[in-house]
Amino acid sequence: MKMRLSLQHLCFFLMLAILVLLPFVNDSRTLIILLTQIFIFGILAMSYDILLGYTGIVSFGHAMFFGIGAYTTAVMLKQMEPTLSTFLISIVVGMLLAGFISFLVGLLTLRLKNHFFAMLTLSFSGLFLVVAEKWRSVTYGNDGFTFKAPEIFKDRMTFYFFVLTCLVVIFIALYRFVNSPTGRILIAVRENEQRTKSLGYNTLYYKVIASVVAGTVASLAGSLYAVSLRFVNTSVMTMDITLDALLMTIIGGVGTLVGPLLGSAVIEYAQHALSGLARDYPIFERWIIFFGILYILAVIFFPKGIIGSLRMMFWKWRLKHKEKNQSSVALSQEKERFE
Amino acid sequence: MEPILRTENLTIRFGGHTAVDHVNFNMPEKHLKSIIGPNGAGKTTFFNLLSGELKPTAGDVYFKGQSLAQKSAIERTRMGLGRSFQITNVFPNLTVLENVRLAVQSKEKVRYQLFRHYKSYKAITEKAEELLTLVLLDNKRDALTTMLSHGEKRKLEIAMLLALDTEVLLLDEPTAGMSLEEVPTILEVIRAIKNQGDKTILLIEHKMDMILDLSDSIMVLFNGQLLADGTPGDIMKNETVQNAYLGGLYDEHLTEIK
Repeated sequence: MKMRLSLQHLCFFLMLAILVLLPFVNDSRTLIILLTQIFIFGILAMSYDILLGYTGIVSFGHAMFFGIGAYTTAVMLKQMEPTLSTFLISIVVGMLLAGFISFLVGLLTLRLKNHFFAMLTLSFSGLFLVVAEKWRSVTYGNDGFTFKAPEIFKDRMTFYFFVLTCLVVIFIALYRFVNSPTGRILIAVRENEQRTKSLGYNTLYYKVIASVVAGTVASLAGSLYAVSLRFVNTSVMTMDITLDALLMTIIGGVGTLVGPLLGSAVIEYAQHALSGLARDYPIFERWIIFFGILYILAVIFFPKGIIGSLRMMFWKWRLKHKEKNQSSVALSQEKERFE
Repeated sequence: MEPILRTENLTIRFGGHTAVDHVNFNMPEKHLKSIIGPNGAGKTTFFNLLSGELKPTAGDVYFKGQSLAQKSAIERTRMGLGRSFQITNVFPNLTVLENVRLAVQSKEKVRYQLFRHYKSYKAITEKAEELLTLVLLDNKRDALTTMLSHGEKRKLEIAMLLALDTEVLLLDEPTAGMSLEEVPTILEVIRAIKNQGDKTILLIEHKMDMILDLSDSIMVLFNGQLLADGTPGDIMKNETVQNAYLGGLYDEHLTEIK
């Protein structure tokens, strides 16, 4: 156990060191922007994993919380002085707002069976999209608006490190959360909700907790996303964002937390590479088709995702190893008996 | 002495079918009562009414004299009514230890701790391991539940129920679907629980030798009605019960339907 823990820590610190040093080795603007985007969507995908992977809740409205974060930050930076403190306050306000809304929506809808819940999240998300479209005095409708980011983020490198710090903090916080007693109950809900109830747990409360945690974290991702673009429009609230999060989580591996991060890297890089190819091969302008194919193949051949499949292979290897050891022990005991 | 659990005219109808029909029963404390009856007699439905999975059409359940009409299944478990299920109902992709640990965690009221690692609650893990030893599953603690045999899953069910440390245990056919070799171990486990002397046990079973061996009293359900309730000796001698099992009442019932 100790060995495995230290191996996990080693991987974590190694990865962190690479990500910290990378901008100094290769300061390509495209790479920094791509990595920042990967981190932001990594945060969003991890938040979705809390719902889908750990609690077994399918939500089609997760973009709503991402959008709340993006709009809160964008509106505050536009209407107020675009300073770092305004930005930080806007993050907190967005998270509180998203937390409150996910609490209300969760309390109202999570009593329902999974598919009804999924449909209701879709309609709530649609509602927020309409608000963003129609409240033109604040949101400028479908066209959206540009705004100034805090001065300090003019340097892409500073923003890169800010987002990386957010990612690390959120990763550690969520890791602790899923390994807490409450996190274990979420897993129990995913596995068998009726049985969890019969153990005396009020499953609705736990599902609401998962929804609030996922909502607030998604809002943080939204705030960071808005600042990375210095622009916001209604696309942050659309189904595409939810589908991206879903795809990243499934490809990386549901219920693994690291998986969605990896999924985000795969999807964001593929998006970048495929749209780059479009210059030479027009077919790649329709890169979304390739994602559809990728999604179908992943679900059929790797239902556990990249990390999930690797973990499964590791367990099988360990089991085999253990059995081999046990049989060799049994064999030597047998030998001793005869001698 | 006030019975720990009793029902008054407990009735449930599903459309035109009355599954449990005005059942009045008393369960003395620290007593083992078995419920027998042919398939479809309403035994599991009766359990579901006691545990709060179903709401009665009429009548009520009383636990220590308190009406349970407004109590949900979760509240009833917390009050001290624990149940196991006829169909194996565990967490398939978690380890055996984790299944029991979750039950102990509920009993210890460790529910809303969001940041401490679950493994740091050592007492909970130790209690779970102790229960696994009691049900003879200690050598399977790290196995995924889905890999267990049917009999082992039933034992795990009992360990999870014991982990809740409820005063009343409702055991719904703990030997259902088990091979003959596995039955004696379950019998031993139930006997060990009974011998500890602090639990009230209500048991649904079909295996008569096991029932006669374990029970302080037996109640018989037939077509949702309470046919008889008494000591094993009385029940075996009871003519109505014999008819129910030997077919007399079945014939009458069939004629009624025709």
